[in-house]
Amino acid sequence: MSLMSLTAVELGKKIKAKEVTVKEAVEAAIAQIEKSEETLNCYVTVDKEGALKKAEEVQKLIDDGTLTGPLAGVPVAIKDNMCTKDMLTTCSSKILSNFVPTYTAEAVVNLEKAGAVILGKTNMDEFAMGSTNETSAYGAVKNPWNTEHVPGGSSGGSCAAVAAEECSYALGSDTGGSIRQPSSFCGVTGIKPTYGTVSRYGLIAYGSSLDQIGPVAKDVTDCATILEAIASYDPKDSTSVKREDYDFTSALVDDVKGLKIGIPKAYFGEGLDKEVKEAVLAAAKVLEEKGAIVEEFDLGLVDYAIPAYYVIAAAEASSNLSRFDGVKYGYRTEDYEGLHNMYKKTRSEGFGAEVKRRIMLGSFVLSSGYYDAYYLKALRTKALIKKEFDKAFEKYDVILGPAAPTTAPKLGDSLSDPIKMYLGDIYTISVNLAGLPGISVPCGTDSKGLPIGLQLIGDCFKEKNIIRAAYAYEQTGSYKRPGMLEE
Amino acid sequence: MAKQYETVIGLEVHVELATKTKIFCSCSTEFGGAPNSHTCPVCTGMPGSLPVLNKQVVEYAIAVGLATNCSITQYCKFDRKNYFYPDNPQNYQISQLYLPICRNGGVEIDTPAGKKTIGIHEIHMEEDAGKLIHDEWEDCSLVDFNRSGVPLIEIVSEPDMRSAEEVIAYLDKLRLIIQYLGASDCKLNEGSMRADVNLSVREVGAKEFGTRTEMKNLNSFKAIARAIEGERARQIELLEEGKEVVQETRRWDDNKEYSYAMRSKEDAQDYRYFPDPDLVPIMISDEWIERIKAAQPELRTEKLERYKKEFDIPDYDAEILTSSKTMADLFEATTELCKKPKKVSNWLMVETLRLMKENDMEAEDLSFSPENLAKLIELVDAGTINSSVAKEVFEVIFKEDIDPDKYVEEKGLKAVNDEGALRATIEEVIANNPQSVEDYHNGKEKAIGFLVGQTMKAMQGKANPGMVNKILKELL
Amino acid sequence: MANIISDETMEYVGILAKLELSEEEKEQAKSDMGKMLDYIDKLNELDTSNVEPMSHVFPVNNVFREDVVTNGDDRENILKNAPGVKEGAFKVPKTVE
Repeated sequence: MSLMSLTAVELGKKIKAKEVTVKEAVEAAIAQIEKSEETLNCYVTVDKEGALKKAEEVQKLIDDGTLTGPLAGVPVAIKDNMCTKDMLTTCSSKILSNFVPTYTAEAVVNLEKAGAVILGKTNMDEFAMGSTNETSAYGAVKNPWNTEHVPGGSSGGSCAAVAAEECSYALGSDTGGSIRQPSSFCGVTGIKPTYGTVSRYGLIAYGSSLDQIGPVAKDVTDCATILEAIASYDPKDSTSVKREDYDFTSALVDDVKGLKIGIPKAYFGEGLDKEVKEAVLAAAKVLEEKGAIVEEFDLGLVDYAIPAYYVIAAAEASSNLSRFDGVKYGYRTEDYEGLHNMYKKTRSEGFGAEVKRRIMLGSFVLSSGYYDAYYLKALRTKALIKKEFDKAFEKYDVILGPAAPTTAPKLGDSLSDPIKMYLGDIYTISVNLAGLPGISVPCGTDSKGLPIGLQLIGDCFKEKNIIRAAYAYEQTGSYKRPGMLEE
Repeated sequence: MAKQYETVIGLEVHVELATKTKIFCSCSTEFGGAPNSHTCPVCTGMPGSLPVLNKQVVEYAIAVGLATNCSITQYCKFDRKNYFYPDNPQNYQISQLYLPICRNGGVEIDTPAGKKTIGIHEIHMEEDAGKLIHDEWEDCSLVDFNRSGVPLIEIVSEPDMRSAEEVIAYLDKLRLIIQYLGASDCKLNEGSMRADVNLSVREVGAKEFGTRTEMKNLNSFKAIARAIEGERARQIELLEEGKEVVQETRRWDDNKEYSYAMRSKEDAQDYRYFPDPDLVPIMISDEWIERIKAAQPELRTEKLERYKKEFDIPDYDAEILTSSKTMADLFEATTELCKKPKKVSNWLMVETLRLMKENDMEAEDLSFSPENLAKLIELVDAGTINSSVAKEVFEVIFKEDIDPDKYVEEKGLKAVNDEGALRATIEEVIANNPQSVEDYHNGKEKAIGFLVGQTMKAMQGKANPGMVNKILKELL
Repeated sequence: MANIISDETMEYVGILAKLELSEEEKEQAKSDMGKMLDYIDKLNELDTSNVEPMSHVFPVNNVFREDVVTNGDDRENILKNAPGVKEGAFKVPKTVE
């Protein structure tokens, strides 16, 4: 058995017990990267030397008792939209193809304090815009369960890397489902925390009011442990929230007796794959058998989340991405005549089609004459959606549903029709609009052998409810590795 | 008969606030410095950086709002103003459009026709842009972000002004209020106060406003007055020729005394404002407003009255002394040291004003310390130096802020109080000027003045004039 | 109602967003944007007349910094990634004609 088949917490224990050195752990990860990376393309940057050097430093700090946490010495992969000092950070875009930050994202700083060793930066949809990882300027990521399929997006590189054991765990970011959907497609566990729980400082923004960083790992225990490490109140992020509880691992108890779980009827209607539906309802059954109170209910406005989301996310993105202009950092076009031509050529050459599409849409919905009709309308819809969830959480502790309507589609099947691709985010998007926490845990595979994800949604700041439910559910099965690792 | 036109003017005044740090990051706001030496990821728009609001900016904005009779918007937000330009690092400026912090105020100005209120539409907070330097040698521009993120308030007036004089009076009033609050030094020449002029003309009696233009790049009161005259003439000429005024932004060139349209097809002037998701709303409680009100320093009118009462200073002098915060501060600090308000006032009213005029300076440019002025006053009072020497010494204090005690010592400027030496010199002067002596004896009192002058000259100006007079009279 | 995006609109949005699309891209973008707006128009089914627009999801207010200088001269780092640098400043095409 490879060290990489261990969960992050298991590996951390072995390192602490001196059964394994940090160097051995990092070498095992690098060996796996070298083995499968050519097929999967999970990483944009692998920093082998840096990781090995860091392994020695961390080992010393573990040996002298400075580092005692559960993640000390465990190798991690970071999504390439989080700034890492002295390490290339591209957002999988040509426009940042040469950007080496001089500062590190707060969430990553927190991980480093916990003794994490960074292996490299994972591939993603360009600027996190996409649900398949095919919009990356550095090639698509392949799903480790079946390399003809996508890993999902936008944190596809992080999720595929965890599934393929090219790292012990990873950080992803979730703006409209970008952690939960690829977790579902890759058969791993991922949490999108309550907005404001993890600092956004150093996270290259897509939709600032929706973006949250979260963990991707093999199981719920890992995710709770990682979340505990990365969550913090950060005075550098004005939207960071001072929470009362950061002890997420205290919710790792195998007990759901009396937990009230609501299943929105609208999540099981048209467009949902039959096999996904069956697997998710079976998971609900398991929780019910363990003592949870499970019932169906009407959650309103489900169909309005996607259009509202695309207006808000595109509007914010059009403004957030205007800083990429060839002046201060990143790519600048070779030949240009004057300032505005430089701007236009740099941006047109530097951004991919999907990013341009969303920037155009965002600029349009904010432009004079359309602001009220589109942008304000979307913000009003968001208020109504939030209200629907508030109502639901008066009755339920957890909302249960699928993470995505299907399992991972084939490469090349989704991009041609943007609306179709966007519809794939129907179960995840409203969670971002309302700022809620959500988790995706594996709940089986379909007849093609592709993983299915169960999504559990909690009320604001109630991560513990979903962690508890997910943990209890997880105890009834065992973690499944992709076939390619069993060969 | 020629048509009569009326000028309608509204002002957008930008004021750089006197905070130590920038509005959204902890970089220094200090003026100058090597290019980009006061910058960080936030004020250079680095990916992933986030803004955090400087509380002092809100406090200054509220204070200015209260002092200009505005109502405070107790729930206010920041919006992003989106446009591409290299001095704007994020390619959006964080400003306020939908919920500006202050609204519906006004200040009173004096006009030849009496008092008049100029309405203030709103005051909003925003960040300043960087500076563009045009490279003479290469065909390029250079961007320095030291000023990027320096806090500004923009005070938007109603179109209530009708002449350059009213504009200057309004600006002067704003400047005084803001300086007294300590919210800004308001130096036009350094750009810490900048005014954009919105101007239109219409026939006298017309109800509708004409089409307005906006003029930028006005760096002094004189430039503002010239620009208003120039633009008024340009618009009237257009109308007289039957042409239309185009609504546009124009740049005033004060050397050529002409404005140029700043138009480009690449500027759509569609700023796509929306609430900045990186910043949270500001809730201003009644208590907070009360606290700022209570901490409000003495404003000009109060100070003026107090000077008259407390120091027994005449109206005119009190007006001048309080006409700038720097001057008033200088007056109070010096008086505090030497306890001689009248003498302090005299030095400021006469010599200081004279030297300012000669050097084309504003009160804000004064750099000498109250300590040195107080010492000088003591030197004169103690008879250590005479008043003409004191004037010379003051010129040096004014320019270089030297310590007068040391200076007088080093330069040997002490008045000669040695009666023997004086008597000898005077005797000599009397002997050499028999005509004047005779004139004096014939009743020409003035002749003594000439003899005093001659004595002073002989003593290289250092003689104690009181003693010279006394001895002269005695000997004559 | 189907949204038809005109060439003028595309041109205008291109100026706002500083993007210049090739003819081919433009046609595709026009049709995509039309379709997306059609889809977004679904929001018009909702009566939101009495609803306040929600820009921030949590009622967090008044997050401030104290006015204390903590940043020093960091220009070496600030200029590190710049495509053009001259005399400690970012070099850009000439901004005045």
